[in-house]
Amino acid sequence: MSQAPLSLRLRLVLQLLGIAAVLAILLYFTVRTIAEQAAEATHDGVLGAATLAIAERLQGGDSGVGIDLPYEAFSILGSISADRVFYRIEAAGKTLTGYADLPLPPRTGASVAPVFYTAPYRDTQVRIAAVKRTVLVARVAVPVLVVVAQTQLGQDAIAQRVARRAALVGLGSFILAAVLSLLTTGSVLRPINRLAEAVGRRGPQDLRAVDHPTPAELRPLVSALNGFIARLRGALSRTETFIAEAAHHIRTPLATVRARAEIALRQAGSEDSRETLRAVIRAVEESSRSAGQLLDHATVVYRSDRLADEHVDLSALIARLVMAIEPIAELRDLTIMVAGVENKIVVRGDPPLIESAVRNLLDNAIKYSAQETQIDIGVEKKGKTARIELCDRGRGLAGQRQSRLTGRFQRGENSGDVVGSGLGLTIVEEVAAAHAGRFELTEREGGGTCARLFLPLV
Amino acid sequence: MGIICTMRFLLVEDNLDLARSVVDRLRLDGHAVDCAGTLSDARDCLAAAPYDLILLDISLPDGDGRDFLRAERRLGRDTPIIVMTARAEVSDRVNVLDLGADDYVTKPFDFAELEARCRAVLRRRGAALQTVQHFAGLTFNPLNATLGVGNELRELRNRELRLLEILLAAPERIFSKDQICDRLFSYAESVTDNAIEVYIGRLRKKIEGSEARIETIRGIGYRLTSR
Repeated sequence: MSQAPLSLRLRLVLQLLGIAAVLAILLYFTVRTIAEQAAEATHDGVLGAATLAIAERLQGGDSGVGIDLPYEAFSILGSISADRVFYRIEAAGKTLTGYADLPLPPRTGASVAPVFYTAPYRDTQVRIAAVKRTVLVARVAVPVLVVVAQTQLGQDAIAQRVARRAALVGLGSFILAAVLSLLTTGSVLRPINRLAEAVGRRGPQDLRAVDHPTPAELRPLVSALNGFIARLRGALSRTETFIAEAAHHIRTPLATVRARAEIALRQAGSEDSRETLRAVIRAVEESSRSAGQLLDHATVVYRSDRLADEHVDLSALIARLVMAIEPIAELRDLTIMVAGVENKIVVRGDPPLIESAVRNLLDNAIKYSAQETQIDIGVEKKGKTARIELCDRGRGLAGQRQSRLTGRFQRGENSGDVVGSGLGLTIVEEVAAAHAGRFELTEREGGGTCARLFLPLV
Repeated sequence: MGIICTMRFLLVEDNLDLARSVVDRLRLDGHAVDCAGTLSDARDCLAAAPYDLILLDISLPDGDGRDFLRAERRLGRDTPIIVMTARAEVSDRVNVLDLGADDYVTKPFDFAELEARCRAVLRRRGAALQTVQHFAGLTFNPLNATLGVGNELRELRNRELRLLEILLAAPERIFSKDQICDRLFSYAESVTDNAIEVYIGRLRKKIEGSEARIETIRGIGYRLTSR
């Protein structure tokens, strides 16, 4: 089993989040670096100024180098942090005052500007500024080095604060990017969802080409879909043609067989051959009826998925069906009494299906009625439903359950020699179900069956 | 057989076997049948002679029967047309009626049903056929299903009517019970000999008062004769 590829949404979101994360981290480091550099530059400026201020006070003389340490220089340093300050003044390789172990600069430039460096000192890192001066002592130029160091605890604290802020900025920008990427993904995928909805809403009979407006990227998909729909339509119409042709090619020879058998029966002498011919005619009738019912049933199943939603006037439908079937009823001297068709009774539904159901009920009533009896068919409004009722003086239900009689290819135990396929009532029940209606069969008082079909009114 | 004796059918059907069988079968009941295998043959036949009824197939080699139907009606020709369809779908049936067909039968059709439908069509049309038959003081109108005896008009039920048609088609001829049975009952019904006697009895009551009577020829059958 191959795994389904990652969803487009997930893919897009993950990629956008990845990019956002990388950018956020870069942002974090950039902000931190810039801030640290700025802090260090400020600190160096102060440290350098203090160093220069001390160097200003170097005095030459005859006896040696003199210095009057300016305490304001140290207070400048104290103003930017509470870090400890160390100094060392060295003249001609000897420490005049201060901490003799304070590290000297790796090199001293020729310039008057201080040199900055960082070095470990007394278990901590210190930032050091060094400046070189030349002082005349007894008219001899003596090089003097002023070194001022300050521990970096304050600066570290600032750096930590800056790092926290930078992290917050990074995280914030990441969250913002994540939200935007979700929104973007949704808007990018929306045309696909819309297309899917447009295709999904269609019923099985809707085989028009898809002309939903779509972005250029989806057009190959839509045109492939339309190509498929066109092929499907072709296949369906070929199937329909095929069924019609098949029905024609089966029913026509059956008609020949039936006509020939009737002719032979007229001319037959012996009781045996008459019996045979009767059986042939019955078989022809049965097969043609089954073929018709199977087609009807297939139509019901096919159309049930997506019912036509039309207004059907039950009164007109019943009047028309009764007129069509009357000649057959007459052959057995059956009278069909119709009631309630003077007024329109309109239901919502699929006309061919409803017609199919009512015709099957009429067919049954005629088949099973005792000769010279009456069939009553009526239609009336019952609350929010229309009720079609059809009562015959046939053989009744003989105590059989409705669910058994409406089962596919199920026929009543008392159907005897009446020709049938066992699909008629199945069709009626399925049509009722498809229309959110109801179908019931009951024993008729005084013998026979009553069939009632309830369909919702408009 | 009664009215239908004087009926002249045009059968439009391209399947030769079926056409021949239908022609034979209808002639057996005494009808006159012409047969056309194509729509153009059918037009030639219609131009040459009047018909009481056209039996029309749908798929024909030179066109669709429904187009023929539509054209006939548009030209104002109203010879009754019964369509013989091999398709049983609701839409097809409604369709041919809308196009102006009088009725339809689905192949394979029952000839008793076809005849009943012809009768219904002609009755609806108020057929201008020579429908009333006279015999020994009986005035028989098969379309209205009435029997006049003297001044009295009696109604006949369908089976009584068909039984009278059978006997009246050849007065004095003996019809066996089997012959009567085949035409009166459908092949799916199980019929006892007694059933026929019931209808003979009823018909005898209906023709009482005329010169006609139905004789039982023991062991052979029945015949209509006049006193």
